[in-house]
Amino acid sequence: MNLTLKVWRQANADAKGNLETYQIKEVSPDMSFLEMMDVLNEELIEKGIDPVAFDHDCREGICGMCSMFINGEAHGPDRLVTTCQLHMRKFKDGDTITIEPFRAKAFPVIKDLTVDRSSFDRIQQAGGFVSVNTSGNTQDANAIPIEKHNADKAFDAAACIGCGACVATCKNASAMLFVSAKVSQYALLPQGRVEATDRVLNMVNQMDEEGFGNCTNTGACEVECPKGISLENIARMNREYLYASLKG
Amino acid sequence: MTLIASSIGRKLAMALSGLFLVVFLTQHFFINLTSVFSESLFNEISHFMGNNPLVQMILQPILILGVLFHFTMGFVLELQNAKSRVVKYKSYKGSANAPWVSRNMILSGIVILSFLGLHLYDFWFPEMNYKYIESLPLDPDRYFGELVHKFESQVRVILYVLSFVFLALHLYHGFASSFQTMGLNNKYSKAIKSFTVAFSFLIPAGFIAIALFHHITTF
Ligand code: HEM
Ligand code: SF4
Ligand code: FES
Repeated sequence: MNLTLKVWRQANADAKGNLETYQIKEVSPDMSFLEMMDVLNEELIEKGIDPVAFDHDCREGICGMCSMFINGEAHGPDRLVTTCQLHMRKFKDGDTITIEPFRAKAFPVIKDLTVDRSSFDRIQQAGGFVSVNTSGNTQDANAIPIEKHNADKAFDAAACIGCGACVATCKNASAMLFVSAKVSQYALLPQGRVEATDRVLNMVNQMDEEGFGNCTNTGACEVECPKGISLENIARMNREYLYASLKG
Repeated sequence: MTLIASSIGRKLAMALSGLFLVVFLTQHFFINLTSVFSESLFNEISHFMGNNPLVQMILQPILILGVLFHFTMGFVLELQNAKSRVVKYKSYKGSANAPWVSRNMILSGIVILSFLGLHLYDFWFPEMNYKYIESLPLDPDRYFGELVHKFESQVRVILYVLSFVFLALHLYHGFASSFQTMGLNNKYSKAIKSFTVAFSFLIPAGFIAIALFHHITTF
């Protein structure tokens, strides 16, 4: 396949940035999107042009590091995949592909297609954990019976890889899907219930302070999430938050 | 952070005020509906609503505050959201993952707000003037005539119909959405969505039908 790529180039956080057009030839339909980007970068290096910076790590769809807004969609046109799991067979010979970084005030661009998602880390640090005394007397987790429905839902919520596609996709750049997955993952388990009140208050507070937008229930996040995190989690977080606010 | 300063609290306030307006809209619809069947019943109810102290001094101010709150908060949240993505995408395919109505609530809201302006100018201001400023004598039989008179104008009827189409769009997303906001997303959500589809079609269509009925029958 021969493709035209329009890639966002931005030298650093403060630079203005613009879309650069590159032609790329003989792309195999079996390549992953990131492999195609690797080929592009090799060609750029040979021509003495600065290669395109983009995030990636596992290339197995589990770390959440790869990002990219491809043809107007987070992680491109395919569903339930990250960019590293997106294949070039989803495109046609002669296509023009526009590639931009994930955009949100809370995800500032570092360079080209790489963005700083540490706002997610700060939300997680505000309450996305269970405080455990690890001095040797911890209880065996399997000794606590957990209702199967809740265990399944907690597991589904825990599948969130923190990629930020939900934010990138949302017309309001809202982080509700991510935060609700993290809140739900703990709220549904007895180990997490103990700190549930403070957790939801602190995590939502941090989310608001980071400058993410407000949810308007468009549901775009759920469609674009590579892990199929459900809007049910947002409803659960709304309940948890309301209850915690009235209590605290 | 207090509940009402938080994003979730504000969203909840949006949902509650929206649902309150849905209740108001429903009762307004049934009152209008009587005008098709019985001039005297319509006059009687309108006279009651217009002169009962509980309705005038308690419910009416609550309604006014509810409307003011709903659209003011709508604008506040919209402005905040606009600031949460400073650099916009060059290519953004909103239709790939979310319905048009859900992405354009502020647009349908603004159309409803403009209609509300016209509606107040047509009915409410003259009514307030009649009752409280000029203190004209009570006339329990004037309401039907006033209603029919407004629907004589073709331009008004067209504006009226257009506005209710946008109200339908607003409700089509908003009604079901408010349950998600209040934390309800479970096996009943499908039924709520079905009810939303029916409600957001039937009520606005009913308002439109009543307007057309009076427009056609007065000629
Ligand atoms: C006066 C003009 C109005 C404006 C400017 C306006 C604006 C808005 C906005 C911006 C939203 C938020 C969108 C979202 O969260 O997705 C909203 C939600 C809503 N509106 Fe309105 N609106 C208006 C009138 C009405 C009326 C007359 C009704 C009912 C008859 C109504 C019912 C609702 C409902 C139920 C919601 C859903 C809240 C939620 O999603 O949780 N609105 N409105
Ligand atoms: S909810 Fe989905 S889209 Fe959002 S960060 Fe988690 S895995 Fe990514
Ligand atoms: S590189 Fe790890 S999910 Fe794509």
